[in-house]
Amino acid sequence: MQILKSVVGRKVFMAITGQCMVLFAVVHLVGNSSIFVGPDGINAYAKHLHDLGPLVWVFRAGLFALVSTHIFFGVQLTLENSAANPAGYAVKRQLKATFASSTMIWTGITLIAFIVFHLLHFTARTLPGVVKGVDALGRYDVFTMVVTAFKNGGISCVYLVAMAALFLHLSHGIQSFFQTMGWNTDKTQCSISMIGKAVAFILLAGYAVIPISILASALIK
Amino acid sequence: MSDHTTNTMNLTLHVWRQKGPNATGKLETYEAKHISPDMSFLEMVDEVNETLIKKGADPIAFDHDCREGICGMCSQVVNGVPHGGQDRTTVCQLHMRSFKDGDNIFIEPWRARAFPVIKDLVVDRSALDTIIQAGGYTSCHTGGIPDGNALLIPKPEADYAMDAAECIGCGACVAGCPNGSAMLFTSAKVAQLAALPQGRAEAAVRVNAMTEALKDCGFGNCTNHYECQASCPKGVDVKFIAKLNREYLKALAN
Repeated sequence: MQILKSVVGRKVFMAITGQCMVLFAVVHLVGNSSIFVGPDGINAYAKHLHDLGPLVWVFRAGLFALVSTHIFFGVQLTLENSAANPAGYAVKRQLKATFASSTMIWTGITLIAFIVFHLLHFTARTLPGVVKGVDALGRYDVFTMVVTAFKNGGISCVYLVAMAALFLHLSHGIQSFFQTMGWNTDKTQCSISMIGKAVAFILLAGYAVIPISILASALIK
Repeated sequence: MSDHTTNTMNLTLHVWRQKGPNATGKLETYEAKHISPDMSFLEMVDEVNETLIKKGADPIAFDHDCREGICGMCSQVVNGVPHGGQDRTTVCQLHMRSFKDGDNIFIEPWRARAFPVIKDLVVDRSALDTIIQAGGYTSCHTGGIPDGNALLIPKPEADYAMDAAECIGCGACVAGCPNGSAMLFTSAKVAQLAALPQGRAEAAVRVNAMTEALKDCGFGNCTNHYECQASCPKGVDVKFIAKLNREYLKALAN
């Protein structure tokens, strides 16, 4: 298929899969925020998800396909780009490229490493020290699991570093989506770039506030 | 001491020297003495070359033609920026008043796999011609010269096409791009022709053929750094890359 080899077609795959993952990140954050309701909030939310049964696995398979496609084309395009510019300059001054746009592959690798860690930590719960109890209603006690984990400064740090990588990745990625899909014009470019960075920042703030508030409350006590 | 002498400057140049396509190149240092601020950058290199020739050394090879900023031949990366970094200026129109006495100036050729070095600062840019040959034209029979008002093109469309047609094909977009991509160059032609009725008919075939040629020539992929627009001496806008992407998706639907 020509689209799978095209310089534009493969970027369209990157853009759409990336944007779907942004939507997932938004929904995931909304769900996670139920932790601020207390044990009843997040434990009930987790139970609702588990009660979906086979649908959960359909959703997981979909997410896996999105992530795999994004990684496959991301690595392929990055390797091609390095090969297309092999010599480099003795002196190079960047005019418009940003730290975020220049480090997409590295923030991407950080995120995939984090996703593996996060799944082992809170989904498979196979990492040492994870609290696997149930609450009074017999539901998975997600609240205690998360709070206990984030009281550990090291664990919180891992999550915060990953969220910083997510912020950098999305601050370039979201606006890139609109450019790649051809929805950008010279009039929209600036505002789309600002909106992309704002969404990336909201996700950073939203996710980071969970470990920070738990860690802070543990430190204050 | 005359004004002329007091205004001149002495510079240290670090210039990429490479005897041929397969030779190993390196930066060599030269002194450029008594350079007038009124000289263009290329005239300054001419002066250095005069000195080299007098010494019996090989002068620095570099591309140039009109020296008016319109032909797209000059191609030097000066201090890490294609054409030297003055907004919308080719290196032939860059003047020495942009520099000061005692400056170190690094001069390197366009760097990209698709632009192999021929000698010193001269690179082979025929890959850009290959992209144009793949589809940067219209093949419909246009007959004789029509009346000026026979084919109505609204002013905004005409202006848009003219903005895209400003590209002089110098390759600065490729040289500035961290991925060595010629997407801005390609998109300028795709957008220019797609905006006009004469080019519209073949828009789908064109965008596929030109982006395939871009890949086959060894250029990289666009990752939206927008270094190309910042490097472009004509200010060709990355909105044309969005237009190319749009044309590609439209072609998919066809």
